[in-house]
Amino acid sequence: MKNKVDLDNHDDASWWLIQKGVKAIFLSISLFALLIRVAVSLHPYSGAGNSPKYGDYEAQRHWMEITINLPAKDWYRNSTTNDLNYWGLDYPPLTAYQSFVHGLLLKLFDPDSVSLFTSRGYESYFGKLLMRWTVLSSDVLIFFPAVFYFVLAYFSDNSRFRKRDIAWQIAILLINPCLILIDHGHFQYNCISLGLTVGAIAAICTDKDLVGSFLFTLALNHKQMSAYYAPAFFSHLLGKCMRRRKPIVEVLKLGVVVLGTFAIIWLPYLHSVDALLQGEDDNLFIYEITSPLMRLLLARCILESTPDILHHNLQTHVLHQCLLHHAIRDQVMIFPLLFAKVLSRLAPFERGLYEDYVANFWCTTSVLIKWKRLFSVKLLKILSFTATLSTCLPSMLQQIRFPSNQGFLCGLLCSSFSFYLFSFQVHEKSILLPLLPASMLALDEPSLFIHFLHYALLSMFPLVVRDKLVQAYLAIYALTFLIINALNNGKQKRGVFHSAGVLFGCCLFCSLILHVVYLVVRPPERYPFLFEAIIMLLCFSQFIFLLIFFNVKQWTLSKAVPQMHKQKLN
Amino acid sequence: MEENRREDFSKGPTPRKPLLELLWFYAVAACIKLLLIPSYHSTDFEVHRHWLALTHSLPLSQWYFDDTSQWTLDYPPFFAYFERFLSIFANIVDPQIVHLQKGLDYNTNTVIYFQRITVIVSDLCLLYGVYRLTKNLDPIKRKLIWVLVIWSPALVIVDHLHFQYNGFLLGMLLISLSYLEEGRDLMGGFVFAVLLCFKHLFAVAAPVYFVYLLRHYCRGGFVRGFGRLTIMGSVVVAVFAAAYGPFIYHGQIQQVIRRMFPFGRGLCHAYWAPNFWVFYILLDKGLSILLRKLGFSIKIPTASFTSGLVGDSSPFSVLPQITPLTTFVVVLLALSPCLIKAFKDPQPRKITRWVAYAYACGFLFGWHVHEKASLHFVIPLAVAAVQSLEDARHYFLLSIVSCYSLFPLLFEAQEYPIKVLLLLLHSSLMWLGFSAQFDKGESVKQTGSKSKRHVQKKGSMTATGEPFCIRFVEKVYLVGLLVVEIWAQFLHPFILGGKFPFVPLMLISTYCSLGVMYSWIWQLRWILKPATN
Repeated sequence: MKNKVDLDNHDDASWWLIQKGVKAIFLSISLFALLIRVAVSLHPYSGAGNSPKYGDYEAQRHWMEITINLPAKDWYRNSTTNDLNYWGLDYPPLTAYQSFVHGLLLKLFDPDSVSLFTSRGYESYFGKLLMRWTVLSSDVLIFFPAVFYFVLAYFSDNSRFRKRDIAWQIAILLINPCLILIDHGHFQYNCISLGLTVGAIAAICTDKDLVGSFLFTLALNHKQMSAYYAPAFFSHLLGKCMRRRKPIVEVLKLGVVVLGTFAIIWLPYLHSVDALLQGEDDNLFIYEITSPLMRLLLARCILESTPDILHHNLQTHVLHQCLLHHAIRDQVMIFPLLFAKVLSRLAPFERGLYEDYVANFWCTTSVLIKWKRLFSVKLLKILSFTATLSTCLPSMLQQIRFPSNQGFLCGLLCSSFSFYLFSFQVHEKSILLPLLPASMLALDEPSLFIHFLHYALLSMFPLVVRDKLVQAYLAIYALTFLIINALNNGKQKRGVFHSAGVLFGCCLFCSLILHVVYLVVRPPERYPFLFEAIIMLLCFSQFIFLLIFFNVKQWTLSKAVPQMHKQKLN
Repeated sequence: MEENRREDFSKGPTPRKPLLELLWFYAVAACIKLLLIPSYHSTDFEVHRHWLALTHSLPLSQWYFDDTSQWTLDYPPFFAYFERFLSIFANIVDPQIVHLQKGLDYNTNTVIYFQRITVIVSDLCLLYGVYRLTKNLDPIKRKLIWVLVIWSPALVIVDHLHFQYNGFLLGMLLISLSYLEEGRDLMGGFVFAVLLCFKHLFAVAAPVYFVYLLRHYCRGGFVRGFGRLTIMGSVVVAVFAAAYGPFIYHGQIQQVIRRMFPFGRGLCHAYWAPNFWVFYILLDKGLSILLRKLGFSIKIPTASFTSGLVGDSSPFSVLPQITPLTTFVVVLLALSPCLIKAFKDPQPRKITRWVAYAYACGFLFGWHVHEKASLHFVIPLAVAAVQSLEDARHYFLLSIVSCYSLFPLLFEAQEYPIKVLLLLLHSSLMWLGFSAQFDKGESVKQTGSKSKRHVQKKGSMTATGEPFCIRFVEKVYLVGLLVVEIWAQFLHPFILGGKFPFVPLMLISTYCSLGVMYSWIWQLRWILKPATN
């Protein structure tokens, strides 16, 4: 009852903005979100004016240059025209196709910016603008509709949710400061793979599992990092299938969709896969892999016959990730051992266990244990794989046993978090992946989400400083919290956050101080990366807490469901 | 922003802390403005930078004589003092900003950040003005006004992209109006006098102020009236003395005035402000072409408007020349209904509209009007926009047109999405705000307070009633705006290439001047309405 009264009081002052319905809310919020994106895109991108390697901006531009000037089969192949050492294409084909389309656009308006060879390091006012607009249009065409779809799907039973909450949910999904900074500041196309994932989640929430797996396969083929979500998708879908009348048929259907999608995307490369794998194209058995069993065989071939090529060859590596990964998706239950092996190959090993200062387990504990020195790469691979798997296993099991939408979102968060924290070769930017399901769960745990957002931003801060985006970072940081807190004010602080409020307050205070310290104070000569390490420690401690919290939450979910309904009714 | 606004609304205990809430609005806007810092800025940026340097490095007696740069000081003394004040901080931040010679065209990050941030901070004045003006309204109306004023896209475009200090000056105008509305005429007059010493373009409303204060403040018999007139007079004189005194002391008042009123600039700005003279010029063009077709020999003027030249040579070939004096008389004529009304029945609650009307007249008929001047009446009218459905409709149209007419200020590709998004966001916010506001009023009226909750809920679910809707003609006009924009931005360069480069701008200003003329007539009709309501 109290809840209702509360609702009315708010409505007196606030209902008018949301009375037009979800579409109007969505429209206005997305206009605002777009404005922020455009404003951030005025700022410098990574590696601006920093020759000879530049940064991600140059990588993306280079891929456009390669894809529109070379035939598709040469995109991943080292040749005189395609030097893979200079920002070689190391994302799956969907990224390549996207680069191709964007490259055509750039060619239309500014041919110099994508001409072969001569355009390396090309930087101009108009070129930058066009590149920025390609990200913007990807956002508008993929991420925004996906969020809209998700909101419609997730809040389809309107009665349980207040409009205000829906609006808030839209806002935190669209005004995600980390995503905006990385995509429109640093320069990447995460909005595409994340948007496809959001679409997949929405589809699965509305029981359109086939559409969901199609979309997720697309996401996976745009950025292999989407594999962070794979365990959750896999376990949830498996759990759902097992509850149906004919589980095997259901699994097969999903398998066919996934395979078909992969086949379509990899079409230009299918005939040359073998060449890529073994250097000679003597048998074209890939053509035959339409059945899961054949794929499995392929995966085993890859694993057992050509382990070394993996390390050397970037293109085979990418190929493997994807091929192996989808092999995993339906076959895990049959061959857990294979699964283990395959998963261990999902990260780019040639770069080492961790890079820079990322707030994950390996990097943080390396302060005490010099992993890189003590263990061989092989052992580390096994270690990181075991750690990743064992941390996401509980949430997977929960989903297989009790699949539910809520549990699915928790599972997505847990699996992406365990990948972020424990897998091999993680980048700071990967925090975007756990952040996405967290923002979808934000209505249940608003304070915790806000807490998470603080540290997600903090963990990216050194990167942002490197990219000279500090001013955009500070402005968008303030803006986000103005927006989020304004809404959240009315809510009761609940759960863990409330009971440990002081502790969290202290951590938050430290994080704000750290921002200032990092910008102002010069670290001592002996420890040049002192502040990075502190930031990393702080973030890691919070992330690990969040991982545990959400694992527990997911497991208590199955018990708590009736209780929650009770509360809502009250 | 929608988002924010909604948030804000939902901030439960809002009515209790209006100032905090207002600050929230300001903070959100400030964040956006901070994000926009690296965007394009016009030559006005260098103008203001030069004034910082000029006021900092030269003694007061040389301020209005200096011509190191072509951007000589042409604002009244208070603005110069303001620049002097800012230059203290500028000197601390980076001494090169305030260096008279070395600072010329100085364009590094420090100066950009410094100047942009001064504009953002000076907007606090606008904040205070709008707070004073709305503090007695009910929370929903108040918030709507805040959205219209503090998140005004036109202000963002002019102040924070193009670069000027209008927010700060308009804030002072609003403070003055708020005093008048409260009945504290002396303070109102004082603030207005101060404002005039900041920017003399605001003087267009001086006749209204004069008549209103004369009749409202100086009433109650001859002796009392005369006494009050004396008080008001001395206050105004004191303000002007504070501003111009030092220059009178140095014997430079003529030079100051010469710098402040450069009449040599011609009737229209290079880009025609969407006002009455646009029609006049077009009529002249049409007539001259027609007459030439008929066989008359018409001399083609040397300084054609369409070639973008600005000067005071005669640009008309058929119609009579327009001189500053003509425009002055026309403005006064247009003002006269309002002055008569103010003289007959000086009502505090109407003063905002009267002043806005005065600026609208100045905008439509003035000499060398800049398109930015439309802010002078759009911002004060925002306060009146929530009063009735008609007001809301009128404001909806006017604010879109005036914002759109500012688009040519930002002509670079980089800012194109920004200005479009600002306008779209503003329109959608207005639409939501107005429709909710008038929806609600009706539902309360119809159903009484008991079932209010129910009705609201229903309304919020299905959005049944739609009392706020614009008329068919207005819809057609707005669609026309879209067509004009598409033609001017995309089709014209695509189809005609480099031919007739002046046509897109001419089209925009002609089309916008239709809207502004409509708004002016609407305001005039409102003023002439018998005072029944």
